[in-house]
Amino acid sequence: MLHGYLPAILGGLGVTLRVAAMSLAIACLFGLAGAVAKQSDSRIARAVADVYTTLIRGLPELVLMLAIFYGGQTAVNRLADSMGWGYVDIDPFIAGTLTMGFISGAYLTETFRGAILAVPRGQTEAGLAFGMSPALVLWRITLPQMVRHAIPGFANNWLVMVKATALVSIIGLDDMVHRAGLAAASTREPFTFYGAIAVIYLIITSVSILALHALDRRFSLGVRKADL
Amino acid sequence: MIDWEIIRDALPAYMQGLRITLLLLVLSVSTGFILSVPLAMARVSRHRWLSGPVWLYTYVIRGTPLLVQLYMLYFGLAQFVAVRESFAWPMLKSAWFCAWLAFALNTTAYTTEIFAGALRATPSGEIEAARSLGLRPLQIYTRILWPGALRRALPQYGNEVVMMLHATAVASAVSIVELTRVARDVYSDHLVPVEAFGTVAVFYFVLTFTLVGAFKLAERRWLRHLRPKDSGPGDLAAGLAR
Repeated sequence: MLHGYLPAILGGLGVTLRVAAMSLAIACLFGLAGAVAKQSDSRIARAVADVYTTLIRGLPELVLMLAIFYGGQTAVNRLADSMGWGYVDIDPFIAGTLTMGFISGAYLTETFRGAILAVPRGQTEAGLAFGMSPALVLWRITLPQMVRHAIPGFANNWLVMVKATALVSIIGLDDMVHRAGLAAASTREPFTFYGAIAVIYLIITSVSILALHALDRRFSLGVRKADL
Repeated sequence: MIDWEIIRDALPAYMQGLRITLLLLVLSVSTGFILSVPLAMARVSRHRWLSGPVWLYTYVIRGTPLLVQLYMLYFGLAQFVAVRESFAWPMLKSAWFCAWLAFALNTTAYTTEIFAGALRATPSGEIEAARSLGLRPLQIYTRILWPGALRRALPQYGNEVVMMLHATAVASAVSIVELTRVARDVYSDHLVPVEAFGTVAVFYFVLTFTLVGAFKLAERRWLRHLRPKDSGPGDLAAGLAR
């Protein structure tokens, strides 16, 4: 099948999935930090979070990715130069995942912020009245209850991110798209190979939709939906 | 720190890139709008043979990356002898045509779903009223359904246009010299990431927020009925209660 290139393509799929999973983890960290910062009493924290989300949402992902990859490369080497180290090559995997996580985190900030707002105020107030610290209230009361409200927006962000992983091939990561390009060049059948990875992407997104649907049901067990 | 001379020298190239980016955006978004109107009507149709294919089309397009779609058209079509020997080949092999086609097909899928959702959100009373007045199905669409649906779709449609602006950056991957490609070229000529990508970031920023502002104005104009009253006794009372 696929002139024997199937294992190579599936190897690329592994890279794609690793990039997506790592980026998601990073994005969740940035998203939670951003959402908490936007709710905080500190004016500086709110300003930083606002600049973060506005900046990211005003620029194309590809431009950010190129800027962070090449910019990071230059910055690290300037630093290495001044410290007297040799040439440092930035790993495109790290640059790619960091960038994607950073970008997706900005969108997740808004999702998480909305979800935190959806948790009734009385819940946090009750926690504080029990003498819990704000961090403990966040961990034990707000987070478990906000998950249900965050799932639809989270699902959307995840789907956008899975598709955005295709862009890491442009900064030289050996992902599925890159491998398909190599196979296409040597077999002269580009449509077959790009079509094949399109099918794989479609399977990933379909499975994600089903899984997130199940997750949504799991977290909404105690909630009755309006019968329309 | 920042080498302004490089930026100044590259400015004409950036302006040319801006022109190409805008041209790509306008071409694909307008094509998408025109195609989405009938497709959304098919999508909400009661007949499965009409709504099914449109559902499949939007599902496949929305489930795969734009970059892969673009590659399938630009690199992929050459695989078929029939395509290479057809009269349309000079057109099909150009990066411009493929980018336009890929972007238009992509935004059509998203816009169709936005419009279909807005059509479905029509209050059933409006349709009943139109029927009871004896309006024909087509008249119901042009006089009742679309005027309401397009208004409801406006905020989401604005988002989609901004997403499309950002998506045009992908055209740089098939050697179309739009804004992002100019930045990549400036970078590889001088190895100055801050100057090359900082400049293009300013361009995209201005474009994005111009679009966002334009859609805000459009919402003010067409969604006026949804805005809280600017002033008046009700507003004052709300202010006092707070």
